[in-house]
Amino acid sequence: MTQHASPPRDSTGKVPSAGEPPAWRGLMARADVRTLSLLGVLAVLILIGGITKPDEFLDTRNLQLVLTQASVIGVVTVGMTFVITSGGIDLSVGAIVALASVWATTVATQEYGFGGILFTAVIVGVGCGLVNGMLIAYGAMVPFIATLAMLASARGLALQITDGKTQIVTVPSVLDLGERDAYVLGIPPLVMVFAVVTIIGWLILNRTTFGRRTVAVGGNAEAARLAGIDVRRQRLYLYLLSGLCCGIAAFLLIVLSGSGQNTNGNLYELDAIAAAIIGGTLLSGGRGTITGSVLGVLVFTTITNIFALNNLQSDVQQIAKGAIIVAAVLVQRRTASTT
Amino acid sequence: MASEPPLLTMSGITKSFPGVRALDGVDLDVQAGEVHCLLGQNGAGKSTLIKVLAGAHQPDTGTIHWRGEAVTLRSPIAAMRLGIATIYQELDLVEHLSVAENVHLGHEPTAAGFVVRGKAARASTARLLKRLGHPEIDPARLVGELSAAQQQIVSMARALSHDVRLIVMDEPSAALDPDEVDNLFRIVGDLTADGVAVVYISHRLEEIRRIGDRVTVLKDGRAVAGGLPAKTTPTREVVALMTGRNVEYVFPERPTRDVTAGKPLLEVRGLAREGEFEPLDLTVRPGEIVGLAGLVGSGRSEILETVYGARKPTAGQVLVDGQALRPGSVRAAVRAGLGLAPEERKAQALLMLESVTRNVSVSSMSRFSRGGWIDRTAELRAARAATRELSLRPDNPSVPVRTLSGGNQQKAVLARWLLRGCRVLLLDEPTRGVDVGARAELYAVVRRLADEGLAVLLVSSEVPEVLGLADRVLVLREGRVVHTAPTRELDEHRVLDLVMEGSPAS
Ligand SMILES: Nc1ncnc2c1ncn2[C@@H]1O[C@H](COP(=O)(O)OP(=O)(O)OP(=O)(O)O)[C@@H](O)[C@H]1O
Ligand SMILES: [Mg+2]
Repeated sequence: MTQHASPPRDSTGKVPSAGEPPAWRGLMARADVRTLSLLGVLAVLILIGGITKPDEFLDTRNLQLVLTQASVIGVVTVGMTFVITSGGIDLSVGAIVALASVWATTVATQEYGFGGILFTAVIVGVGCGLVNGMLIAYGAMVPFIATLAMLASARGLALQITDGKTQIVTVPSVLDLGERDAYVLGIPPLVMVFAVVTIIGWLILNRTTFGRRTVAVGGNAEAARLAGIDVRRQRLYLYLLSGLCCGIAAFLLIVLSGSGQNTNGNLYELDAIAAAIIGGTLLSGGRGTITGSVLGVLVFTTITNIFALNNLQSDVQQIAKGAIIVAAVLVQRRTASTT
Repeated sequence: MASEPPLLTMSGITKSFPGVRALDGVDLDVQAGEVHCLLGQNGAGKSTLIKVLAGAHQPDTGTIHWRGEAVTLRSPIAAMRLGIATIYQELDLVEHLSVAENVHLGHEPTAAGFVVRGKAARASTARLLKRLGHPEIDPARLVGELSAAQQQIVSMARALSHDVRLIVMDEPSAALDPDEVDNLFRIVGDLTADGVAVVYISHRLEEIRRIGDRVTVLKDGRAVAGGLPAKTTPTREVVALMTGRNVEYVFPERPTRDVTAGKPLLEVRGLAREGEFEPLDLTVRPGEIVGLAGLVGSGRSEILETVYGARKPTAGQVLVDGQALRPGSVRAAVRAGLGLAPEERKAQALLMLESVTRNVSVSSMSRFSRGGWIDRTAELRAARAATRELSLRPDNPSVPVRTLSGGNQQKAVLARWLLRGCRVLLLDEPTRGVDVGARAELYAVVRRLADEGLAVLLVSSEVPEVLGLADRVLVLREGRVVHTAPTRELDEHRVLDLVMEGSPAS
């Protein structure tokens, strides 16, 4: 009774049925227009820097400085990219960095030396992420509100701890990490941390079940739930991850500035969100790119550097950043509609 | 009529997407006042063609003549201005807006040019809904609160709120009950009597016979037959044109062994959700297919989702292999071996930005991963095997699922559970939007899975499908089981009677 004449796969005008392209080809394909255009922007910026301040901008020390500055916000952006990919947002990153940096540099903590400072920074970051995550995942709070509340309270707590004073780091081993002597082959340790976080982040997002779940939750939370994914637990983990990144960033900032301040990390949330968005991560969730985020961070940090070298005011800087965000989003629209 | 030019003539329309030529020189002509049916397998290009007609896609080449004049449809608004309205396959209503706001979206009645006159909008919406035979829908309600069938009506009201000469309906009957389909056909009759033309897409050939005047058949992006008489062309011939082969619209043979003997694999005891369905008992044994028949709104989907843990029951429990599942937990259900192909594939099942592979593998990731690390080669191989088994097209699981035709998206959802290898399969309208050829294959797959020892619980609005596939049928009415019987004791009329009895529309 069953019919089985011929399979209905008669292909007339069919797509190439060859095997999958190898992994690197896939990588290239995904290093698409967007990534290339960001690389282009970066190249143009480097050109501008090289022309306007040929001696200072291309100086090794300056490039090391740019990368070091990019490291702090870069680590935060990696965490932010995960959160945004899942359809969420974390407005509290800057405040968490501030709180973690001051908590880790109190006189009491500094007594425990290097390990104490690192441990405290990370634990405070993760702790804040845990609160965010619990409120959002199990308290059914909107991420925007929950992390806004965290922003306010973490900043407040940071101010309370420091009483507005700068806490100088006196642990030599921590300070040494920022010194030139610690550079390996000319690369500052902070930059290496950033590189490692980026690589791990990329691998997690693109090669693991955790990354898949993140994308699934962001793309369609209801479908993810019905497919058997524990959406709430995934959300909790994501804010934990963002908190962890903030803790690491706080430690980098302590090394970089040799101090802890309650004003640290000011407006990091905006920089991190902006970097992720111009990198190509969808603000509505469901698609995220670590490579793009890192390029976004590099673009912003380079702009800041060039403006500083040319003695331009920071208000001009802000305007330029705003223009870049708009331009990047417009480019993405264009490319998205043609593919 | 011969002197008048056709209302619409499309000629030589081509449209390519990256890697696919969706339309390859299609001609279509539509006369005023006729019902012109478009037939074709999943992915044949029907939706693409009507999107070109609606101004949503720009054709690569080809011309469109509207009432004898060449036109370019640069945007949906341009098409609407000419009097072409489209009801898409995937409904495109704004859930957070009211019925009236949806109906008038983009052309709200205004005072002084910008103040929206809500009352006037609601009044005109109420008139339209009445004309469509659904005066019970409140224009002030949010669209998100309506059933799928009601949303369909709202879509139609939106189309009629313009001054239309041509209405395109892409699989409008897929989400409708038999009596709602009757209502739809009555509306179509009224429209054509007024001289409005209707382009009608459906995979149900018997509908084409009932209301169609002429038929155009698409296959692989080409019109293989244009303007055939709908009433007299033999079904065989139409199907052969669509598929390029002879398909008997048949169900697989039932196994000879007695499936009602074994121990129940799925057991539902007193399961209930207040306001949705009353306490329900049912058992499904390995190898058995149990069908739930009933109208839309009789609680079928709710029951399936509650069994699956997606809704928390107010009473009762679900047991798999004698083990009670944690109520209201999808994870527990999936771990125990349940799989659900939900009714609303776009909202409930698919990750639209992702590839077919990832959509298929999302529930079985642990099979392709060690320590959270995904083996993508194995994943792709498995996804390819699962999608091939269902003849999903295009035969390349790396394409984004959003580029698939409607029926193929449904197959992607089924492939997900095929791949996971679940023990209890819950199917909610599994063949909605699936073409004739693929249906037969799907039925064969479901039967084979059952023969391999799966327990299957099937919900379908199509009574022949329930009767053809299920071993036992539960008939539901208003959240209550009104009849249970082995399939051999039932026939279509009997089931329809049971389903409709006492329902207000009959
Ligand atoms: N946006 C798109 N990008 C790439 N390919 C597309 C896109 N839209 C449609 N296609 C492809 O074009 C072909 C025709 O699709 P279409 O949706 O028109 O089919 P259909 O006849 O409506 O099928 P169904 O009965 O399943 O709804 C398919 O191969 C589909 O994969
Ligand atoms: Mg279609």
